[in-house]
Amino acid sequence: MTLTSFVRKNSFRNKRRSILTVLSIGFSLLLLTLMMTIWRGFFVDKGTADSALRLVTRHKVSLAFTMPGFYRQKIQAIPGVVAVVPLNWFGGVYKDDKSGNFFAQFGTDPDQFFDVYKDFKIDPDQLAAWKHDRQGAVVDAELAKKYNWKIGQKIVITGQIFPINLELNIRGIFTAPQSTSSLYYNQKYVEEGVSYLKDQSGMYTTLADNSDDVSRISSTIDGMFHNSPQPTKTEDEKGFQRGFLAMLGNVKAFLLSISLAVVFATLLVSANTMAMSIRERTREVAVLKTLGFTRNSILGLFIGEAVVIALIGGIFGSLAAFVLGNAAAHNVGGMGNALAVKVGTMVFACVVAAFVGFLSAAVPAYYASKIGIVEGLRHIG
Amino acid sequence: MAIPISYNVRNLKLRKGLTIMTSLGIALTVTTAIFVMALLAGLQRAFVSSGSPLNVLVMRKGSASELTGGFDAADLPVLKNLPGIAKDSHGDPMVSGEWMVVIVLPRKDGTGEVNVAVRGMMQDGLELRNGVKLVEGRWFTPGQREVVVSQSIHKRFAHANVGDDLEFGKGLWKVVGVFDAGGSAYDSEIWGDVNQMASDFDRQGAFGSAYLRATDPVSADALKNRVSDDQRLKLDGIIEKDYYEKQTNSGNLIEYVGWVVAIIMAIGSSFAAMNTMYAAVAYRSREIATLRIIGFSRPSILTSFVFESVLLSVIGAVAGVILMLPFNGMTTGTQNPATFSEAVFSLQMTPHVVIVAVIFAMTMGLLGGIAPAWHAARQNILTALRG
Repeated sequence: MTLTSFVRKNSFRNKRRSILTVLSIGFSLLLLTLMMTIWRGFFVDKGTADSALRLVTRHKVSLAFTMPGFYRQKIQAIPGVVAVVPLNWFGGVYKDDKSGNFFAQFGTDPDQFFDVYKDFKIDPDQLAAWKHDRQGAVVDAELAKKYNWKIGQKIVITGQIFPINLELNIRGIFTAPQSTSSLYYNQKYVEEGVSYLKDQSGMYTTLADNSDDVSRISSTIDGMFHNSPQPTKTEDEKGFQRGFLAMLGNVKAFLLSISLAVVFATLLVSANTMAMSIRERTREVAVLKTLGFTRNSILGLFIGEAVVIALIGGIFGSLAAFVLGNAAAHNVGGMGNALAVKVGTMVFACVVAAFVGFLSAAVPAYYASKIGIVEGLRHIG
Repeated sequence: MAIPISYNVRNLKLRKGLTIMTSLGIALTVTTAIFVMALLAGLQRAFVSSGSPLNVLVMRKGSASELTGGFDAADLPVLKNLPGIAKDSHGDPMVSGEWMVVIVLPRKDGTGEVNVAVRGMMQDGLELRNGVKLVEGRWFTPGQREVVVSQSIHKRFAHANVGDDLEFGKGLWKVVGVFDAGGSAYDSEIWGDVNQMASDFDRQGAFGSAYLRATDPVSADALKNRVSDDQRLKLDGIIEKDYYEKQTNSGNLIEYVGWVVAIIMAIGSSFAAMNTMYAAVAYRSREIATLRIIGFSRPSILTSFVFESVLLSVIGAVAGVILMLPFNGMTTGTQNPATFSEAVFSLQMTPHVVIVAVIFAMTMGLLGGIAPAWHAARQNILTALRG
């Protein structure tokens, strides 16, 4: 019998205990993977190359305030700017007020929208149809699938913030690199109905021609409007999302403390299991020693066992996180995409699990390997 | 006959290491649950305890928050002449026309900029809010570029001490006082004179909202309806207390995420507790058989082991509560959906929170204990004795 098969066999000697430990570690690691994914999604990842080139400009004080329409021309004139489109949050309700039926609706300029969102793909005929219909709208393919919308269908979105209901015709269905769960309509349509929105915009999205220009353009925009009654704040798409997150509170500390609690809990669970199973086998250790196994190989055997169990828990946990996270990302779209679990994060979770397994076995295994043969043989467990 | 509780207590004591590790695991789960619940309790307190049942908030018809309103200043005298309004210290109707704007302030600890709500009010505005106490300095003087800040703004933001100058709108504003609104929504605001604010934000000749003080709760209700029904005004009245109660839903996301986290952790901890209890049963199989022979019934063995598991989790819960105590009262901020600005609130470990946390832990213990206890009670006496 080789050492590896010895470890493998021993790991599942007490099946119930090993399975319970694997499940316990698995659930903790599921949580850890999700937390690390959110962390990575908002604080580490730069976003796609296309997204990194897009800048979002809003009123410095709040999204609740609008900026005048001439800002668009002024931003457009900055060297290095490819295109600018207005983006207006409508915040209306489709069907009913349940959170399951919530999706984003933005008013924009159909003529240039897809010039800024170059990574969104749409059929040219559909795009042309959208440009020609003031009441037209384009929707994310995933959203269209969810509601079973077809081209040409009429939908009504009830206004909550603005005193108008949108009666839209779906003219196009686009696909985005990540589900956006968004609907885009022609802002002119809303401006006709709501006088105080005329020539006002809540946000402008700007496409820079290359990544070197991004920070220069962003500071030029903010500098241009610094002393005006409507000062602006310009960030890349990622930064804009982070701003939302910061509103919820100190998300970074929150994620970190939960992750730490989870890792520590995993350590306790694993240490508990190893302490139990090593104590039971004191006599066995003495037998192994009489057979000529060295202290180090005994230490290795136990640590290997702990690592195997923890690793299996880690693999289960991160796989479950992968399934759950991606399902959530597809259903929520937009900011929910931060939940899409990446392989790197899964590997990280498994490494954490293995490390925790190693740590948990170190102390009890050390004591077991130190035990005297005679004393061990006499042990009643 | 029931097995004495001291039997379980001694058993837990005997295997100290296991007990400590398992209950610590449960404690960590409990802390997470307490954290979420204390957060929500604080948030609820910030909004629910806000607003007086005597104050009627008036906004433009259809507007959901003070930020999106706006009506002509000429409507204010009409409001003033409505019956049922209390008299202020000068013998005039107690009415305050107000503007609420949102500004950006840098956090003191340098972790970025945050939206803060600034409220411009008339002199009566301070009288209307008689629950708010001044803790330092004095109230602002009408007609001056002066502001008073809430205690939490004073603590969390730079340039918010008495004597400092805050920069927003079209220039500097002198901070002349610090007030304490007792953990209500006002605790996230900066107050100043409405006319000064209006001119800084180019909003002269109009008000964003108005506050009317009714003489008693019954007339407050009547006043509210009178405002909404008045054909001359295109305005809506709402009792201030009801307005704030509607805003507690900003905790929905925290609540949702928090519970998902707590429940996943709880499932993990239940498995760990189950493991510990299975081990306890295995170690004691001979003992259990002896107990059976002495005459303890299966149900009493079952209850005894379930009880031990629950006891284990209660120890964990107590440890969790103790671990969380230092965080009680810690303030944090979240976004108020109605004002797009930061709402400051504190972690509140209310008795309710603690009780729910203990019940939560006991459920974990119960779930983890039933299967091993069942196993213990069902053991064959003879095989167990021989083992």
